[in-house]
Amino acid sequence: MCAVVFGLSLGVAAYATLWERKFAAFLQDRVGPDRAGWHGILQPLADGGKMFFKEEIIPNLSNRFLFVLGPSLFMMTALMTGAVIPWGADFVIGGKTYSAQITDINIGVLYLFGVVSVGVYGIMIGGWASNNKFALLGAIRASSQMISYEIAMGISVIALVITSGGTLSLREIVGQQDAGVCNFVWQPLGFLIFFICALAETNRAPFDLPECESELVGGYHTEYSSMKLGLFLFAEYINMFISSAIMSAFYFGGFNFPFAAELYNAMGLEAGSFWITLIGFGAFFTKIFMFICVFMWVRWTLPRFRYDQLMNLGWKILIPLSLLNLALTVVVEYFRGHIQF
Amino acid sequence: MAIQLTNRSKVVSNKEMSFSEKLYLPAIVKGMLITFSHLFKKTPTVRYPEQKRSRAGVYRGQHVLKRDENGAERCTACGMCAVACPAEAITMENGERKKGEEHLYREEKYATTYEINMLRCIFCGLCEEACPKEAIFLTDRIVDAEYERDTFIYGKDKLVEKIDKRIDVSIRETKEVAEFKKLPGLKHNELFDSSKQLKKGKH
Repeated sequence: MCAVVFGLSLGVAAYATLWERKFAAFLQDRVGPDRAGWHGILQPLADGGKMFFKEEIIPNLSNRFLFVLGPSLFMMTALMTGAVIPWGADFVIGGKTYSAQITDINIGVLYLFGVVSVGVYGIMIGGWASNNKFALLGAIRASSQMISYEIAMGISVIALVITSGGTLSLREIVGQQDAGVCNFVWQPLGFLIFFICALAETNRAPFDLPECESELVGGYHTEYSSMKLGLFLFAEYINMFISSAIMSAFYFGGFNFPFAAELYNAMGLEAGSFWITLIGFGAFFTKIFMFICVFMWVRWTLPRFRYDQLMNLGWKILIPLSLLNLALTVVVEYFRGHIQF
Repeated sequence: MAIQLTNRSKVVSNKEMSFSEKLYLPAIVKGMLITFSHLFKKTPTVRYPEQKRSRAGVYRGQHVLKRDENGAERCTACGMCAVACPAEAITMENGERKKGEEHLYREEKYATTYEINMLRCIFCGLCEEACPKEAIFLTDRIVDAEYERDTFIYGKDKLVEKIDKRIDVSIRETKEVAEFKKLPGLKHNELFDSSKQLKKGKH
């Protein structure tokens, strides 16, 4: 299961790079990469191959150990987040139950936030070890941005946890949405806050200040070359994939979809069938794909925020809004009878 | 008062944004809808090597040195084209036709080397106009991209049309071409048939 999720994250990230370029092209009335294979289907391989064959430069004045550690850490944390996401329902083969999730720890949400916070270190260390002012500025921006937006994100998730009955396990959060009503219905504002914060956390436009080609050359990865640069860029796409998965799981029911039970009945599938897992995974993946598209859509529409605007939005708007959302949630959940005083 | 050239200028004001403007969200949704509408628009892209844009009939591209209906080179190395060339892109050396080379060269004098520097050439077409023997023509072909500068100096190997692969110059309906086509018995686009006997005399 571990290997499957690992391969899936990498594969999806690779093809997300292609889809990003294609999608950008469609939005700009262009064709996009179409030379490598059918409709450019081999483009990610060509890009990866190119990255491997590029000269590897480690600047003389950089800290060698930290310089290598930065992208490794960023990549590692990006991949680690996939561990707690429930990709599908349990299935039974030969009397043995398999779980379509690497591990269902009961503090899954907490684990996610922990790992995402460690991810900042990858950028921070990489930017600092480069010994370059642009890299350092990018790293500082990245860390302050990610820390600021994590607060609003955390508060909106607390509201979500209250809505889903106080559980921190992702499996249970997804599981209690199978009745047909997804959390988005109860948490529209929370979702909006979470989505904006997810854009900021993944360092994507309009919050891509850490990279910010127009002012900071390449931002925190200015000095990076070859596959170490590739790891940074790649990890960004994995982060995007994972945050899309988290959003689908938290707010849009994960592998559940409307009239799922009726469909399975009509198809004559019993609980525990592998097909149910597969169909659920398909539904989950469709949602993830939609979110990835929205991520890209936003990127190719909105201009970048100015740094003070970014901080204003994070601290003066999103955090108060998320607190308001939390208060509203408590009131609503009290009347729904989910919490008692 | 300053002269107003257009009525498109806008007065800039620093007035406070209204609440809906401060929300950003309506503006964001508006922008996203604009980009979304572009998702379904037709792309104006021309995928070049496979697709080619249609060119004007008078388009002046890569030169060709024509052969006559028997496959002999028409060029006599008179040098009129080189004189006419404003970019001084054309150079040539002449030689005398030996006995038994009548099927190769149309007249007694011919060009042993003939070079056009495609980087100097401005494709004005004056060489074509100057040529008294209807030997040089500009065609609708594009000069290929190269990696080295010296490969842009095209010699006879690239300029003279292949005997079994004639270049159609009638696509460009210039005055010279029209005149060229009026020549009696001219079949410059037909494949050279070696079984046919050499025609005696001038056209």
